[in-house]
Amino acid sequence: MTSLIVRAATRLLVGLLLMFSIWMLLRGHNEPGGGFIGGLIGATGFILYAVAHGSKAARVALRIDPQTIAMAGLGLALLAGLAGFIPGDGLFAGQWLFIGATETDKGTPLSTILVFDIGVYLVVLGAVLTMVFALEEEV
Amino acid sequence: MEFLIALMVGALVAAAVYLMLARNVLRFLFGLILISNAANLLIFASGGLTPEAPPLIAYGADAPPPGVANALPQALVLTAIVIGFGLFAFALVLVYRAYQTMGTLDSDDMRLAEPEEKP
Amino acid sequence: MANTHTDSRFLGGPAGWISILLPLALFGWFAQHIPAVATGEVLVWRLDWVPSLGVSLGILLDGLSLTFALLITGIGTLVTLYASSYLVGHVHYTRFVCYLMVFMVGMLGLVLSDNLLALFVFWEVTTVSSYLLIGFDADAAKARRNALQALVVTGMGALAFLAGIIVLGTAAGTFEISAIEGTLTDHPMYLAIFWLFIAGAFTKSAQVPFHFWLPNAMAAPTPVSAYLHSATMVKGGVYLLARMNPTLGGTDIWFWTLVIAGGVTAVFASLVAIRQTDIKQILAYTTLMALGTLVMFIGVGTPYAIEAAMTFLIVHSFYKAALFLMIGVVDHGTGTRDATVLRGLGRAMPVTMLVAMVAAASMAGLPPLFGFIGKEFMYKAALDAPAMIWVLGCIFSASVLMFVAGGIVAFRPFVGKLAETPVKAHEGPWPMLVGPVLLAGMGLTFGVMPDWAETLVRPAAAAVAGGPVEVDLYLFKEVNTAFLLSLATFGVGFLLYLVHGRLRAGLSRFKARFDPGWDRLMDGVAAGSKGLTGMIQTGKLRRYIFVTFLALALAMAASVWRADLTPVIPPLDDLQFKHWAVLIFIVAGALLTAVTNSRMTAVASLGVVGIGVALIFIIFGAPDVAITQLLVEVLQVVLVAVAMLKLPYLNREYVKTVRGLDLILALSVGALTTVIMLAVQAAPIDMELTRFFEEASAPLAYGRNIVNVILVDFRALDTFGEIAVVAIAALGAYALLKGTRRPTP
Repeated sequence: MTSLIVRAATRLLVGLLLMFSIWMLLRGHNEPGGGFIGGLIGATGFILYAVAHGSKAARVALRIDPQTIAMAGLGLALLAGLAGFIPGDGLFAGQWLFIGATETDKGTPLSTILVFDIGVYLVVLGAVLTMVFALEEEV
Repeated sequence: MEFLIALMVGALVAAAVYLMLARNVLRFLFGLILISNAANLLIFASGGLTPEAPPLIAYGADAPPPGVANALPQALVLTAIVIGFGLFAFALVLVYRAYQTMGTLDSDDMRLAEPEEKP
Repeated sequence: MANTHTDSRFLGGPAGWISILLPLALFGWFAQHIPAVATGEVLVWRLDWVPSLGVSLGILLDGLSLTFALLITGIGTLVTLYASSYLVGHVHYTRFVCYLMVFMVGMLGLVLSDNLLALFVFWEVTTVSSYLLIGFDADAAKARRNALQALVVTGMGALAFLAGIIVLGTAAGTFEISAIEGTLTDHPMYLAIFWLFIAGAFTKSAQVPFHFWLPNAMAAPTPVSAYLHSATMVKGGVYLLARMNPTLGGTDIWFWTLVIAGGVTAVFASLVAIRQTDIKQILAYTTLMALGTLVMFIGVGTPYAIEAAMTFLIVHSFYKAALFLMIGVVDHGTGTRDATVLRGLGRAMPVTMLVAMVAAASMAGLPPLFGFIGKEFMYKAALDAPAMIWVLGCIFSASVLMFVAGGIVAFRPFVGKLAETPVKAHEGPWPMLVGPVLLAGMGLTFGVMPDWAETLVRPAAAAVAGGPVEVDLYLFKEVNTAFLLSLATFGVGFLLYLVHGRLRAGLSRFKARFDPGWDRLMDGVAAGSKGLTGMIQTGKLRRYIFVTFLALALAMAASVWRADLTPVIPPLDDLQFKHWAVLIFIVAGALLTAVTNSRMTAVASLGVVGIGVALIFIIFGAPDVAITQLLVEVLQVVLVAVAMLKLPYLNREYVKTVRGLDLILALSVGALTTVIMLAVQAAPIDMELTRFFEEASAPLAYGRNIVNVILVDFRALDTFGEIAVVAIAALGAYALLKGTRRPTP
């Protein structure tokens, strides 16, 4: 049901979609985007791959079981939340670190907020792929 | 536009309820999607409608320009959409599995838990 | 049940001797408080349990609770010792002992609790452990049925009692018994409290017409009958009435209810007792008689009556426990309990005979036993009571019949020529004899030394009366009316004993059929609830959904009507073409989904609706939401398309039949939603939170996309919960598809 053109094109498209999804994730704090959107885009990419090459190939391309990804994401998000305790703030209080900050420039911000958003990304990606792959393999 | 959205929500809810009362559980699922959409629209519109001004802060500014769209319902609706999708996907799998097990999509015939009384 | 006892460990092993030593130690602990309590002191300990509900574990040790505690632990020791031999080698002996210990703790808690709510909890502990013990022989259908009957009857009473406690707690302002000041007899809620407490006490203490569960409870092993269903648990109701006498007693309704119910129970039960042939059943009915007598005298409420009741309480516990244990020994030694079969056991079972005769003499009220004193004081109290004729008549006929019952139970089986029994008659082992011997011996000791009994009776009577009571127990002082009545009792009793065979035959013609009625009632309840369930739980999904939406529609209609919402149509002049286009998109998509028979059309129309919604998000400044909506739309279509490959087509007849009721309901819910939504939009919006998020996003959270900042920073805990839901949904779906292979339908 899939033509050579589709199969060849998906390889390229999936790579693009994945990069796009990570870009959406990272810019999410300041522009439209974020973990939810990034995760959905990433999932779309892999689903496209599964449609073209079969879900088995998609699982191989993913390397890790999608449900493991989802659980890892949930754990990461929880860790990011727990990190708020370390400096004595409450649960899920964001912690920030600005690398190379000067008087005028904030530098490169690193934060537990970003870690949390990556967790969201992984959960959405893993959860969607878990369901889609499982359903595809049934049929 | 508020008025139009209220009309849309009403139409969506009516169609959803009618579908959810059908015997075929696949139709029930369609109803579920419609009613999720209705609920999302309702929350979104209840927070006020502000055209073409997303709640973004310009680079270097401390606050968004006055009159941007209400960010709070947007955040609520965003997660509601994703959760609604999770619910829908789970329900779909459930319907699928129920069909595999019981061989029917007619909810009246799904009586494993409460078998029909034999008179 | 009574198995061989040669191969088993001494006193039933650890479970056995722990269960014997525990009550013994407690008995010792309670006994050391006798001197203090005897002087009228009231000891109170307190430990907060559920402070928010005002429940504390207060221990109230006065004469009444000390008397009960001593009986519970003392008889408990003897009964567990007995059981270690009676149930020796039984597979579930350890379980039995556990139930018994649970019961003992519950019963002690019941009589010691100062807090009514804690008292209720312990009350139910005794109910449940009683259920487990009656049904101990769980292989027998009769035992299970009788256990359930006892549970239901006493459980229903307990519910009423709980309601009564709550009303009383509200009326008195406290749940602490010791803190209730004065009486509540003038309180407007008095009648409610009274009847609710009566329901609890009468079911627990098996007063007519709730008596029928007690004889049935004799399905339990004999130690249980001796312990729970004669000496302790069934006296819980009596305890409650005695405890509440200062608070609730002294009114006409209290007097007449207790005196009539108690008197009827006493006479009725002693008549039925004579009719029985199974000695255990005879003892069960004489227990009912004793409970009736106690209730009646608490109802009479004069100082004499309370003194008599407290004396008789102790008297009865001694002789009845001894007799129950004795019949267990006889059953064990001969294999039968039939009074018409057993004859001439005296030579084979000399100790048992001695016990039986001493205990039965106490039951019959012969001097110099404690039972004589008990009966004497009951006559004295009856002569002194209001409604003297009724009370005296009841107590006289009951006492005469007790005399007869004593002869049947303890005299006839042991004298005469030895009759053939299923097992060759032999004496019981020593652990089974210690208890009956000591109990019967106590009846004799207290009879000869009434001063010792006074030590307990005086503070107990004081606690019931709510003030000091003059108590002077004696075996014989002078020839008075009470003494003459005693003599008359013996005379009439002796005559009736001689003709008891004919008496039994005559009484057997009148059968009170409570049990078939009970079974019919239970069947009716079961059938009724089944019918009701069948009516509500049709098992049809769409019925449930219909009811749910109907309720929703009614609730919305009610709120529209109450708030008097008239839909306000806002000005439509700012509408542009794209707005109308979206409206048409969405409404058309929704309608098409609702009416189509084609799966593909349905999926496509759903997509149209979804994209329409996304358009709204785009138009009104919500790019994040719009992107999410579009992506979800795509994924939904993918999932449905995959699933459709294995799912059947939609049913064709769907379009042809319009479901009128469903349509009306659907349109009403839709219309009501629109009306309410218009009203919501007309109201001003509270922007306080939004303003905070707008102002704090950049300076505090270093983010310029406010929606994202809310999601991952301000409300991160919520988001965490939401992604957890998504992950669980995925795992659930995965388990459904990949988990255990499908069962055959």
